[in-house]
Amino acid sequence: MNGLLNWIDARFPLTDTWNKHIAEYYAPKNFNFFYFFGSLAMLVLVLQIVTGVFLTMHYKPDAAMAFTSVEHIMRDVPGGWFIRYMHSTGASMFFVVIYLHMFRGLIYGSFKGPRELVWLIGMLIYLALMAEAFMGYLLPWGQMSFWGAQVIINLFNTIPFIGDVVSTTIRGDFVISDPTLNRFFAFHVIAVPLILVGLVFVHIVALHAVGSNNPDGVEIKKLKDENGIPLDGIPFHPYYTVKDIVGVVVFLAVFFAIVFFMPEGGGYFLEHANFEPANPLKTPEHIAPVWYFTPFYTVLRAVPDPWYGTLAMFAAIAVLFVLPWIDRNPIKSVRYRNRAHLINLAWFTVTFIVLGILGVLAVTDVYRELGTRGTQIYFLFFAVTYVHSRPQQANYLMWFAILLAPVLLWDFMRLDPSFTDIQRGLFWQMMLIPVAYLATTLLLPHFISATNKEKEVPTRVTG
Amino acid sequence: MADTEVDKKRRRFLIGATSAVGAVGVGAIAIPFIGSLTPSARALAAGAPVEVDISKIEAGALVRVIWRGKPVWVVHRTDEMIEGLPSLNDKLKDPDSAVEAQQPDYAKNESRARQDKYLVMVGICTHLGCSPTYRPEVAPADLGADWKGGFYCPCHGSRFDLAGRVYKGSPAGTNMVVPPYYYKTDSLVLVGEDGGVA
Repeated sequence: MNGLLNWIDARFPLTDTWNKHIAEYYAPKNFNFFYFFGSLAMLVLVLQIVTGVFLTMHYKPDAAMAFTSVEHIMRDVPGGWFIRYMHSTGASMFFVVIYLHMFRGLIYGSFKGPRELVWLIGMLIYLALMAEAFMGYLLPWGQMSFWGAQVIINLFNTIPFIGDVVSTTIRGDFVISDPTLNRFFAFHVIAVPLILVGLVFVHIVALHAVGSNNPDGVEIKKLKDENGIPLDGIPFHPYYTVKDIVGVVVFLAVFFAIVFFMPEGGGYFLEHANFEPANPLKTPEHIAPVWYFTPFYTVLRAVPDPWYGTLAMFAAIAVLFVLPWIDRNPIKSVRYRNRAHLINLAWFTVTFIVLGILGVLAVTDVYRELGTRGTQIYFLFFAVTYVHSRPQQANYLMWFAILLAPVLLWDFMRLDPSFTDIQRGLFWQMMLIPVAYLATTLLLPHFISATNKEKEVPTRVTG
Repeated sequence: MADTEVDKKRRRFLIGATSAVGAVGVGAIAIPFIGSLTPSARALAAGAPVEVDISKIEAGALVRVIWRGKPVWVVHRTDEMIEGLPSLNDKLKDPDSAVEAQQPDYAKNESRARQDKYLVMVGICTHLGCSPTYRPEVAPADLGADWKGGFYCPCHGSRFDLAGRVYKGSPAGTNMVVPPYYYKTDSLVLVGEDGGVA
């Protein structure tokens, strides 16, 4: 056995790699609940690839056969329903895991130096994942597949001058049809998964070069023992491999509970309209994207002009990329930041969830206004985060005025004489929301100094 | 041979030239790949004109046909429907069909049609491409007492009147598209061609 290992090691750095990335990769000893989601995301990726390969053996990427081939998988293929439900549930769970993974990075400042590249590569993974999920959703060729894709592809139509050519090139036809399905299949099954796996690899290489962050935001590499091992570090294996197994067990319990008892996720994982074959002549009564896209969909709907709406939607994603350069506060973890920063994060979390809920609902006067206000807070969050970079020197009153100005400007532009009385009433009432947001994040730390006080970051991790 | 000095300038030029030729090659090879993504000959051929027999459409009814894979509606408007159109003008974004691209010249009139009675229109919302529902009834509960009949988009709530003109406050920015069409005979409409008369 040892002989074989030596033979390999002379030709390939097997033991080296194992030690560098697993057995002698020192991770902070204070990882908590939120640190399960990196390894869980990898687990789901593997699950999606394996189930996906087996689905490909029975699926037919042809507009005339796609819907029935999915039904064939569900009814005739032995265990086909099980594999397909794992794949469809996996798609939603992938986003649950990724959103929690990103939230972890947000609250503990894991995106900050020296981990900016880890965050950027992670954002690229998130983008690729959205493309993967979007194209995969067309494949069952149901009503929601068709009309959801219709709405998204027509976003490109709104690009001035070249929009028509771009969307026609994406579809390969003037409408969504067989060529569109065929190319989405190719992208979903070959191109994007290859990119995803490559990016995940680079994500981990970058992470292991700089080392993991932790809930205290303390750099464990600063304090090392005489052997050069971080004092607050423990080897990834066996400590975190064992810890992650606990996470995997709990995750799989939840995962299979969904697969077996509610695979449609109440119409949010698999939408009801998708049990009807695609029909280009009949739009379903209510079109909503799958839940993981809905926060951005609400941003899209909040801006009436289609081209600006599309820009706003992409901006909502793009702004996340530059987060490491927006939040310049040297303190990483929310634990040692001021209270106002915690309030800011809480607002953002609630806003993101509210935007997500609004995205699956039909538009009414109340929801439209709330969606607009939520969109304002979504973007203001990044500006306020920037202000909180230097809480002691920040001129909060000035920033309150500066950030309120664009809100009022936008409101002034959209307050149209055609508003009904109800719409106008909602407009004024809900103006309180962004004002309250800016007051609790900017005025509060100005007037109550206790909410502006930062705590001292310990040199060693706690707990 | 051993004593030749490295000509750095020449080396830099060769690296630059090789890179430039390589970049041109990569760009050139991209052309057929991107070309393969554009509509195939078969997709282009599918855009043939469609005939509609309008004599069988009841008053107030809507008939759907497919032209270039898109739904095209032919609506037989009643006299009340036609008379009601001008009364809506101040609630609409573009009551006079000023946006050129949305209709041929012969449909740039009050009823947005060659003949007032029949509306021929591409049944796709100008916002994000959903197909609106036909709601001819007056003042239904969900659309409000002001509703004079028209089209309502279930995706994002855009409203259009019975000539496909968009209401103010809708996400859609422009009126719905009237395709090229002409009357082959009194009862036969050909969708997809102007019949030589622009």
